[in-house]
Amino acid sequence: MSTLQPAGSGAQFHSIDGVYNFAYLDEQTKRMIRRALLKAVAIPGYQVPFGGREMPVAYGWGTGGMQVTASILGVDDVLKVIDQGADDTTNAVSIRRFFNRTAGVPVTEATTEATVIQTRHRIPEKTLREDQVIVYQVPMPEPLRKLEPRETETRKMHAFAEYGLMQVKLYEDISRHGEITTTYDYPVEVNARYMMAPSPIPKFDNPKMHAMPALQLFGAGREKRIYAIPPYTKVRSLDFNDYPFEPQQFEDPCALCDAKGVFLDEVILDDKGDHMFVCSDSDHCRDRRAEGHMGPRAREAAEKGYGADE
Amino acid sequence: MSDAPLLEAEGVSHTYAGGQVGCADVGFTLYPGEVLGIVGESGSGKSTLLSCLSGALPPSRGRVRFAVRGQGMQDVFKLSEPERRLLMRTDWGIVHQNPRDGLRMSVSAGGNVGERLMAVGARHYGDIRSEALDWLGRVEIDAERVDHLPRTFSGGMQQRTQIARILVSQPRLVFMDEPTGGLDVSVQARLLDLLRGLVRDLGVAAVVVTHDLAVVRLLSDRLMVMRQGRVVESGLTDQVLDDPQHPYSQLLVSSVLQA
Amino acid sequence: MTQHMMLQVQDLSKTFTLHTQGGATLPVFDGVNLAVGAGQCIALTGASGAGKSTLLRSLYANYRPSSGQVLVRHREAMVDLTGAEPRLQLEIRRETIGYVSQFLRVIPRIPAEGIVAEAAVAGGMDAAQALDAARALLRRLNLPERLWSVPPATFSGGEQQRVNIARGLIRSFPVLLLDEPTASLDAENRNVAVALIMEAKAKGAAIVAICHDETVRAEIADAVFDVSAFQVAA
Ligand SMILES: Nc1ncnc2c1ncn2[C@@H]1O[C@H](COP(=O)(O)OP(=O)(O)OP(=O)(O)O)[C@@H](O)[C@H]1O
Ligand SMILES: [Mg+2]
Ligand SMILES: [Zn+2]
Repeated sequence: MSTLQPAGSGAQFHSIDGVYNFAYLDEQTKRMIRRALLKAVAIPGYQVPFGGREMPVAYGWGTGGMQVTASILGVDDVLKVIDQGADDTTNAVSIRRFFNRTAGVPVTEATTEATVIQTRHRIPEKTLREDQVIVYQVPMPEPLRKLEPRETETRKMHAFAEYGLMQVKLYEDISRHGEITTTYDYPVEVNARYMMAPSPIPKFDNPKMHAMPALQLFGAGREKRIYAIPPYTKVRSLDFNDYPFEPQQFEDPCALCDAKGVFLDEVILDDKGDHMFVCSDSDHCRDRRAEGHMGPRAREAAEKGYGADE
Repeated sequence: MSDAPLLEAEGVSHTYAGGQVGCADVGFTLYPGEVLGIVGESGSGKSTLLSCLSGALPPSRGRVRFAVRGQGMQDVFKLSEPERRLLMRTDWGIVHQNPRDGLRMSVSAGGNVGERLMAVGARHYGDIRSEALDWLGRVEIDAERVDHLPRTFSGGMQQRTQIARILVSQPRLVFMDEPTGGLDVSVQARLLDLLRGLVRDLGVAAVVVTHDLAVVRLLSDRLMVMRQGRVVESGLTDQVLDDPQHPYSQLLVSSVLQA
Repeated sequence: MTQHMMLQVQDLSKTFTLHTQGGATLPVFDGVNLAVGAGQCIALTGASGAGKSTLLRSLYANYRPSSGQVLVRHREAMVDLTGAEPRLQLEIRRETIGYVSQFLRVIPRIPAEGIVAEAAVAGGMDAAQALDAARALLRRLNLPERLWSVPPATFSGGEQQRVNIARGLIRSFPVLLLDEPTASLDAENRNVAVALIMEAKAKGAAIVAICHDETVRAEIADAVFDVSAFQVAA
């Protein structure tokens, strides 16, 4: 898909219908959020409270991420929005549309073209660059919450770096299931200091957070917290010496593009249980196929004379 | 007698907002391995004093000093909050009257016991688990209950889990607030006897607050009798119980059958 | 006196003040002076209520004398037990003075052999060795073997007393205080108890004993001390 052109241009841009400010939020609110973002970048992994604004979508639909995106978006930006790796889910489409309409910025599905990527549940497979920013939608920013419900207490735990409790959660996993079964929102230690919830990305993506060239921003709308990982920051996934952190591994390559070492989704093909594993990052898969890579299903289909992804 | 003191209270007083006296002018010195009992009727200031001693409530007057490892006697309330919290997880332990206040009810017994180890950096699951099992065994909880949640335990088992959770870090000082309160008499006896054995074997010092004279008779070397916030009498436990001097101590002792 | 002085009581008096009885005072004895040397046994005598147990308990710092001193040889020096810090009192009890009370104070759930062994462990013996010694002593006192692993709460008076004696005599305390050690024992066990006490004496223990049984008293005591003589006229 090609980049959509902005509906307006220049710094004096007003939204199409002239009702909203650029990117919906008023400048006052954006300044406040930007101050929170600066603080977040200065203290990697630290949850900065901010006076969140109501967004015209319900909590749980990425209001935190949207507020962050709205505050950093400029007219020259190119926006990509993904949900579970795909650009075409309802959530991704509506957020993309929202910014296209209120900010008029071009939107894209191509990871390489985007300058701002708002995401729910994935980090793109292609290594992000220094000139890119990734904004995570966060439902629950406090990694310690499930074990310690008292906010006053978790705040102290962060302040004094008392993180034994986080380890208790992993201990519970192993004692119950024989292994660390946390596969999403797997807790990390940022810059050897703050414990952080990476939002519900698969633990497969955790290693990508480490020393990432792009700036990573996290917004939690309901909890009104913002946090960040500056470029090239150390990010360590928690584990035990005898149960080291292990990202998910997939035996077979993507059925369509033959990619190995990427995160795969299971796709059910018919009601007889036929299924295949394909890239969760749909942009990545598309690019590889365009380059001529062919997974087993694609090859099979090509031999039979029709496209497997249609 | 060459040992240095472990805990020292000097003129510890606490007056609540509203003028209510919590405790007044309490002083004593506790040495490593000693168990000090504090008895008195309800409202006599026992728990207030315990809060002051354990760093939870700054006294209005007086000071509490503890022999911090490698630092000598330190005013507990002049330690920074993280230092005090570190003490709470390592060298100190509190056995709460209600085990719910001392346990994480949504974490397995093993996780509860292992937490203090992880809090000080233990990162080997196998080691943590075997230590947790060892301690649960010492408090007579079946190995097969290690992965169960404390809420599936009886009150006595919860109390014992709480004790294991504390002792695993090999504390030098344990505060107990009515450790047998709310338990059946037979369960109390078992718990007491267990505590007595642990305290002796580990050489841990303890401050035990209770209104049950049988508890102090069994556990404590020394006793303080409190009334209206003040210590009216103190001495060896058997001295105070067998030959009480103060009118209030005599009343207290005579009002129970055979302590 | 040529013997090595172990215990010296100086001008000791005891008066109970009964606050629950309107502050009534109950003088028990006054002006007690007593000295006991190593290997010596003094028997306290006097009618019931004369104050024998009160005096004995005062020698253990269980009762607090109203005035006077109890000096005891502790770590080579004479120390005033009465005025000592609680910590020192505990140490003296741990190392120097053993006390066999009139009745055993049972500890819930601890078996007879455990109660006896515990006393030896408190004196520094290792646990396994202490248990062996405890069993040997209980065997000598003819406590049926099936009772060794039972907590003594359900024992007869004589059985409890044998546990009590074993507990007090398993270690060689330099000073021993015995309150009616043989009162509830049959003849055979009384003889064992006497033999144990004589062995302690031979090892140099300074002993103060209360014992109504005149034959036992004659066997163990080198001198009698009549507490009634120090009674205060009410
Ligand atoms: N703890 C106490 N509080 C108050 N009075 C006491 C206490 N212990 C003993 N007495 C009183 O002191 C007096 C001496 O009692 P004690 O038990 O010493 O006598 P005893 O010579 O050992 O008698 P017996 O031969 O009957 O055992 C008695 O009047 C007794 O009631
Ligand atoms: Mg008597
Ligand atoms: Zn693919």
